[in-house]
Amino acid sequence: MSKPVLSVKNASLAFGEKALWHGLNLDVAPGEFIAVLGTNGSGKTTLMKAILGQQKLNSGSIEIAGKPVKHGSRDVGYIPQHRAVDASTPLLARDLLTLGLSGHRYGIPLHAKRDRARVEHILGCINGFDLARKPIGELSGGELQRFRVGQAVINEPDLILADEPLSALDPAQQKIVADLLDQERKEHSAAVLFVTHDVNPILSMVDRVLYLANGSYRIGTPDEVMRSEVLSELYDTEIDVVRNQGRIVVVGTTNHDHHHEEEWT
Amino acid sequence: MIFDFSNYDQLIPLVTNSLIAAALLGLVGGLIGIFVMTRDMSFAVHGISELSFAGASVALLVGMDVVAGSIVGSLVAALIIGVLGSRAKDRNSIIAVLMPFGLGLGILALSLYPGRASNKFGLLTGQIVSVNGTSLEWLAGIAILVVIALAVIWRPLSFASLDPEVAEARGVKTGTLSIVFLVLLGLAVAASVQVVGALLVLSLLVTPAASALRVTSSPKLAPVLSVAFALTASVGGILLALGGGLPISPYITSISFLIYLSCRLIAYLRRVRK
Repeated sequence: MSKPVLSVKNASLAFGEKALWHGLNLDVAPGEFIAVLGTNGSGKTTLMKAILGQQKLNSGSIEIAGKPVKHGSRDVGYIPQHRAVDASTPLLARDLLTLGLSGHRYGIPLHAKRDRARVEHILGCINGFDLARKPIGELSGGELQRFRVGQAVINEPDLILADEPLSALDPAQQKIVADLLDQERKEHSAAVLFVTHDVNPILSMVDRVLYLANGSYRIGTPDEVMRSEVLSELYDTEIDVVRNQGRIVVVGTTNHDHHHEEEWT
Repeated sequence: MIFDFSNYDQLIPLVTNSLIAAALLGLVGGLIGIFVMTRDMSFAVHGISELSFAGASVALLVGMDVVAGSIVGSLVAALIIGVLGSRAKDRNSIIAVLMPFGLGLGILALSLYPGRASNKFGLLTGQIVSVNGTSLEWLAGIAILVVIALAVIWRPLSFASLDPEVAEARGVKTGTLSIVFLVLLGLAVAASVQVVGALLVLSLLVTPAASALRVTSSPKLAPVLSVAFALTASVGGILLALGGGLPISPYITSISFLIYLSCRLIAYLRRVRK
């Protein structure tokens, strides 16, 4: 196997008594697509923060492309959750791409022409020419997330971290954004770590699932992990995994705090 | 009589210093105002300016340089806000606590000041056209420093201000930039206090940028418009004040306000036409 782009070794994190995850091991191969699943509070977002170096581990280590994580990384493309943008924000859609490309650089832009060409290229990839000069406050959720995908790949990162990028989008938009992400990560041969509470919109592109729950985890292909007996053992309560017309629905049955029906259908 | 423009050509040379100072302030205020708006820090500008006023008043009382005192007051306020107020909610309460303290301290120092000070109230409400050579050197120095520093950090500061989550993920030092920005803001405020007074600093550091952001969402056009508006208000204010014999600040604030109203009207008409 070629060198992993992300390597999490024996990582543990607890807030007080509550262990989010313990002894977590994960190697992500180049180009691999991994879905990170789990209920709210299972530590999905915290794992993402740890990979970005914004959250210290209690023990263990995380390396990106063989180097220990620092605070933020230019080898990583990041796609945040969709949030409504204030209408007066002075950014046009294409400026999101420019920021992704050169927003970290100090001083006067020296490669403005080369940068513009690169932005144009990505605009083509995400089919964004018509929207390029629209203020981002006027973009729909799906349109904004398409530009977020472009912003994440514009620097040719080895790894893309996506933190619930499809939440708050309607199913049609979810499909457009997910397909675009899949196409772009193949085009730019980037691995993807995709945090979500619904695996269905990305099921066809997922190589492996990392399922976090109860301070523990399971990892494997969707068929290995998304099974009633595996999740029941993980949650330590009875869980039904129902497959229906290519969709996976996880249903908690008895005495369970979380409303799985709402979260995963 | 509010306006009397006879002998206008003879008056202009007398106010060259003030015009240069106003132009510099317009440039600085227009540029930094964009970040004040996008970082939602209008209230911080007001808080810093009151501590700047306190610094200047204390300096006047103890016989130090007023501009230097003003800068010290500004920087102290900027650093306190920067270190303690990284979260917006904390920041507003810290500013609200600092502001009356600064104002009170300044009034105390001015009351104790024995001499007849023409700039006693000038520090609060602005000068009658008079920027002398020494002040101009200070102002020019501060203005050049702030403009160059802004040019250097422009892109990462924009990234951190407009798209903070992604900027941080990409390794932009958002925390450090925030402190650096506050120091630059402190300097810009201290410079502005000398001309328009502590109470009216917002008219140069916030209103022009707020007006610009009403009519454009382009990150390139916004600072250009903002500087143009700030220059119109500051230089135009002095030119009008020459014919009036009133302090320049009411002219500056009025022009600034009219520009803002016009921009809101333009934005409204655009929306209606759509």
